[in-house]
Amino acid sequence: MKLELGYIDIRGIRFGDHNAVEEGILVVNPEPLLKPVLEDPLIKTAHFEIAAPGESIRITPVKDVIEPRVKVEGKGGVFPGMVSKVDTVGSGKTNVLRGMAVVTAGPIVGFQEGIIDMTGVGADYTPFSQLHNLVLVMEPVEGFVQREYEKAARLAGLRTAAAIGELARNLTPDETVVYETPTIAETFSEELKNLPRVGYVMMLQSQGLLHDTYVYGVDAKRTLSTLIGATEVMDGAIVSGNCVSACDKNTTYHHQNNPVIHDLLAVHGQSINFVGVIITNENVYLDDKIRSSDWTAKMAQYLSLDAAIVSQEGFGNPDTDLIMNCTKLEKQGIRTVIITDEYAGQDGRSQSLADADALANAVVTGGNANELIILPRMDRVIGTLGYVDKIAGGHAGSLQPDGSIQAELQVITGATNEMGFNRLSAR
Amino acid sequence: MSTYRIVHYINQFFGQIGGEEQAHIPAEKRPGPVGPGLAFKQHFGGEAEIVATIICGDSWFNENLDLAKKTVLEMVREEAPDLFIAGPAFNAGRYGVACGTISDAVKTELGIPSLTGMYEENPGADMFRTKVLTVATSNSAAGMRKAVPAMAKLALKLLKGERVGASAEDGYLPDGVRRNFFEKKRGSARAIDMLLKKLSDKPFETEYPMPSFDRVPPMPAIKDITRATIAIVTSGGIVPKGNPDHIESSSASKYGSYNIEGVNDLTSESYETAHGGYDPVYANKDADRVIPVDVLRQYEKEGKIGKLHNWFYTTVGNGTAVASAKKYADEIAEKLISHEVDAVILTST
Repeated sequence: MKLELGYIDIRGIRFGDHNAVEEGILVVNPEPLLKPVLEDPLIKTAHFEIAAPGESIRITPVKDVIEPRVKVEGKGGVFPGMVSKVDTVGSGKTNVLRGMAVVTAGPIVGFQEGIIDMTGVGADYTPFSQLHNLVLVMEPVEGFVQREYEKAARLAGLRTAAAIGELARNLTPDETVVYETPTIAETFSEELKNLPRVGYVMMLQSQGLLHDTYVYGVDAKRTLSTLIGATEVMDGAIVSGNCVSACDKNTTYHHQNNPVIHDLLAVHGQSINFVGVIITNENVYLDDKIRSSDWTAKMAQYLSLDAAIVSQEGFGNPDTDLIMNCTKLEKQGIRTVIITDEYAGQDGRSQSLADADALANAVVTGGNANELIILPRMDRVIGTLGYVDKIAGGHAGSLQPDGSIQAELQVITGATNEMGFNRLSAR
Repeated sequence: MSTYRIVHYINQFFGQIGGEEQAHIPAEKRPGPVGPGLAFKQHFGGEAEIVATIICGDSWFNENLDLAKKTVLEMVREEAPDLFIAGPAFNAGRYGVACGTISDAVKTELGIPSLTGMYEENPGADMFRTKVLTVATSNSAAGMRKAVPAMAKLALKLLKGERVGASAEDGYLPDGVRRNFFEKKRGSARAIDMLLKKLSDKPFETEYPMPSFDRVPPMPAIKDITRATIAIVTSGGIVPKGNPDHIESSSASKYGSYNIEGVNDLTSESYETAHGGYDPVYANKDADRVIPVDVLRQYEKEGKIGKLHNWFYTTVGNGTAVASAKKYADEIAEKLISHEVDAVILTST
């Protein structure tokens, strides 16, 4: 498959009386964008706020982060099965509004949404502090059911991102990059056949109870491990439906810009032969875990892989899936590196994972999510500070009287990402 | 600005007294820096100075451990230093053990920050790396030029009370404490680098060495369940409504013990979950879904079980470190034993 991404660099966002991208500035007229959002009976209020890198702004509670993209040529539309009709994406041409994101914020579960600081020490830990963020702040109606409202908030974010992406349909990209993935036959071509065959095993959060990921609109916990094209992922085939600890959940933005896929494609044909992507779920039942990891290993063998990188999402229960995937691959002689993060306690002295095996001898870590951090007061809050003491990583008294926050790194959206999106590590 | 005061410990060889034939000499103290101390001086840049050097024979220290410790501790105490440095000992076994022993003693008994340095395979490293910061050095004194700046840098950090970086950053042997730091490359690129090394059978360094995992064999089955006292322990976060002990939604710092004497059913008016890792709606509607008090009370009435223990023990498993969970489990187990509980139903979420 061959996909051309046309990057349009966004250097700022401002409100105006029309919607357009003008010389790198996104102009937003809220009313027509908010109208479809507010048509959902579960969403009581919705409005936009703008946050730029370096501003003294704290965004919380954050649900999802989404990069606006638009399908310019080729089959399908962005977020197939979710926003666009189901059709195979990943080929043709897609325009990307680079340097910005649509961030959905507002309370859903309370415990499980994160913090993005646009400046200060917290900004160093989240990649989203570097983006111009159009924040869609929403409030649910009284007496809402969380799982129903999650869906409403998820769709509102994706639809808004699609609408913003649409503004870039006819623009000339600042940079164009072509991503091309081989067929199985092509992976045995003269130029590739002597390189090590490497696969990517992407674990998708599917524990349920608001820990869900969707693939072409299908709830991942109802899937078997399967193959997906690297460029399909770039076109939004996988989206986040998660309300889980902020630090290591994969937002939709992470899926769209999956760093393992990007970095493997960058060395494909040079030092490795990037054969394909296997997606596998993280269900809570033991039978599911065994079945999914068996299937992963089977498929890796079928692809004749020499090596694999496995990325995780979440922690604790999914650590068992991670170790099963790793050990089953290793036992077939497939050299494996896993990417995870750690819960080593605030003092850093605990065992970091809930499961372990000697075969998992090559680990990349996104850092210790339990490490304490003090986030200074920000001049402006987008959303509400009302949940800071309760969110995963916070504690009674996290929010200090002076407006600073003392909490675990867990509270920061994307801080210990397990796709290897960040430079953070631990020893 | 005053200069920080340091006492330095070295052996007879680095004290320029002699080799193995002088290893029997007892500890002696000299003012100012000696031997490697002169190299340290250059790297302190005037911010710190070695006020005294203690020179001690390796055999004497190890063969007269108690006396040696006492003697050296007294020599250190007299100087009232801000920091104590021992070595570096490279791969010299008895010297390494002496450096580790005395730095640990200075740190714990005198409350003075300490630092040492040695080769990772020095027997002193395995004995003391989790107790005293131990800078990783090469296996011979030829590595002095690299060891001294690394130790001096860490010494200044300790003196100024600055945050110690991760072991990979500050060049000390992993001490069992995980510390975050920013690598030069992002994780995905590090994973590919590691994979390429693994594929070509080159040495690679995992960022997290796997721990030896604690697997507990199950107890033998209860012989007569109709006489057994059964307790409920959960990591599903069920607490009395309002979460009176403020158990955290993730990374719980405590567990709760709650009395359920006379409680036959957990209702949404009186119980809820504090757990932040799942959609709480169903647990909040009926906490029996997480800890089955209603069914166990029914079984108790019908004589299917002996008794439901009148306390349940609860914490939040979400993001809670294994070490914390172990600590709570130890305490809960003692309570269960003292109440003569025969069996436990352990529920998660």
